[in-house]
Amino acid sequence: MAKKLSNAQIAWRAAQDLPDDSYVNLGIGFPEMIAKFKPEGREVVYHTENGILDFGEAPPAGDEDWDLINAGKKAVTLNPGASFFHHADSFAMVRGGHLDVAVLGAYEVAENGDLANWSTGPGSVPAVGGAMDLVHGARQIWVVTDHTTKDGKPKLLKKCRLPLTGVGCVTTVYTSLAVIDIRGGRFVLREKLASMSLDELQALTEATLVADGTVKDLIVPEI
Amino acid sequence: MARIYPSLESALDCIEDGMAVMIGGFGGAGAPIELIHALVDRFKATGSPGNLTVINNNAGNGAVGIAAMIYAGMVAKMVCSFPRSSDPKAFTDRYLAGEIGLELVPQGTLAERIRAGGAGIPAFYTPSSFGTEIAEGKPQAEFDGRMYVQERWLKADVALIKAETADRKGNLTYRKAARNFSPLMAMAAKITVVQASRIVEPGEIDPEIVVTPGIFVNRIVEVANPAQEEALLRGGAK
Repeated sequence: MAKKLSNAQIAWRAAQDLPDDSYVNLGIGFPEMIAKFKPEGREVVYHTENGILDFGEAPPAGDEDWDLINAGKKAVTLNPGASFFHHADSFAMVRGGHLDVAVLGAYEVAENGDLANWSTGPGSVPAVGGAMDLVHGARQIWVVTDHTTKDGKPKLLKKCRLPLTGVGCVTTVYTSLAVIDIRGGRFVLREKLASMSLDELQALTEATLVADGTVKDLIVPEI
Repeated sequence: MARIYPSLESALDCIEDGMAVMIGGFGGAGAPIELIHALVDRFKATGSPGNLTVINNNAGNGAVGIAAMIYAGMVAKMVCSFPRSSDPKAFTDRYLAGEIGLELVPQGTLAERIRAGGAGIPAFYTPSSFGTEIAEGKPQAEFDGRMYVQERWLKADVALIKAETADRKGNLTYRKAARNFSPLMAMAAKITVVQASRIVEPGEIDPEIVVTPGIFVNRIVEVANPAQEEALLRGGAK
């Protein structure tokens, strides 16, 4: 069994695809890590739902200003050219199609691009935040996720079983084993770990992986 | 016209049992802690105002702010997008026990519903939540080949807002990302109560930088050096 990527390595791989001159929203938690691996020389302006464009890294411990936080309630700093705005303007940026990329986590992704990432069903407290707005706003919706659940079940499905966040919205999935684009209602394999055969990868994926073009090796540094 | 009130208690005397109260803030940024705790103190002393519907992005953290209201037992229902936090016990325990209601609203829809409430727009269509449980039972329609969900305005009896500077006419500025929902809530409530770190004379705030115009503000009370919810939590506040 191939050694899967760590979350940091998945974040690194997604970061390599950040377009130059782009506005990007990174979801709270795992997707936030992507900012750390942005390639040198690429200009990316980060948006956060709570009303900041162009925020930067976390301040050193002890220097936090808790009125200057991101959507994950973590302290951030401002880059030159940053701006503040209220929540209606913030989501006008989202729904109005002004963001280039939004990156989210996932419980499940279906081959038609459906995403489930907000509710595990009855008995839990549901929390949606800005996810349902983001999935219908940004031009590209990326998901970063482990390829399977903790107990080894596929997360890339024919159809989501958990409550949906959005319909047909995901454009690319960066997993611990592969990079997969969603095109025409199919999972189109772009890259996979060299140490893993297509059959092995398919066995961990419920929906069919389309591998008609050239499938490249998924290569990431040790992090 | 906005009026300056001499105390938190007097500024809050318009809040009665069963009202809908919008509370500004996103996490700790912009949470009007002094107004909230004056309200909690009044409830503990008099049993009123109770049975409140509270509208905020979150549903309290730790045991201060909105969490203190929930622990005190004065909140019947939360309208929010994200009832999770680093310590969501106050809400979670009561929710799972069926003791507090929850209307879960996607964050951008929550913001726009409040904006619509303040702007006299009874309903609007949004792509958010189409095809999900949240959209069930709501009118849906196609515009230019894409499906949208109808959402209705959201208004409140009172909004509690934290501002940085207010002038006597009610013009407000905010501090950094602490504004978040507050300019929208100030528009959507019948009575907007503001705690400001500083109250200045009209003309002292440059009109170019006013964020909330005074027409949306009714009551102002000065709270110099206000507490910051996140700083309180990290300081171990109970």
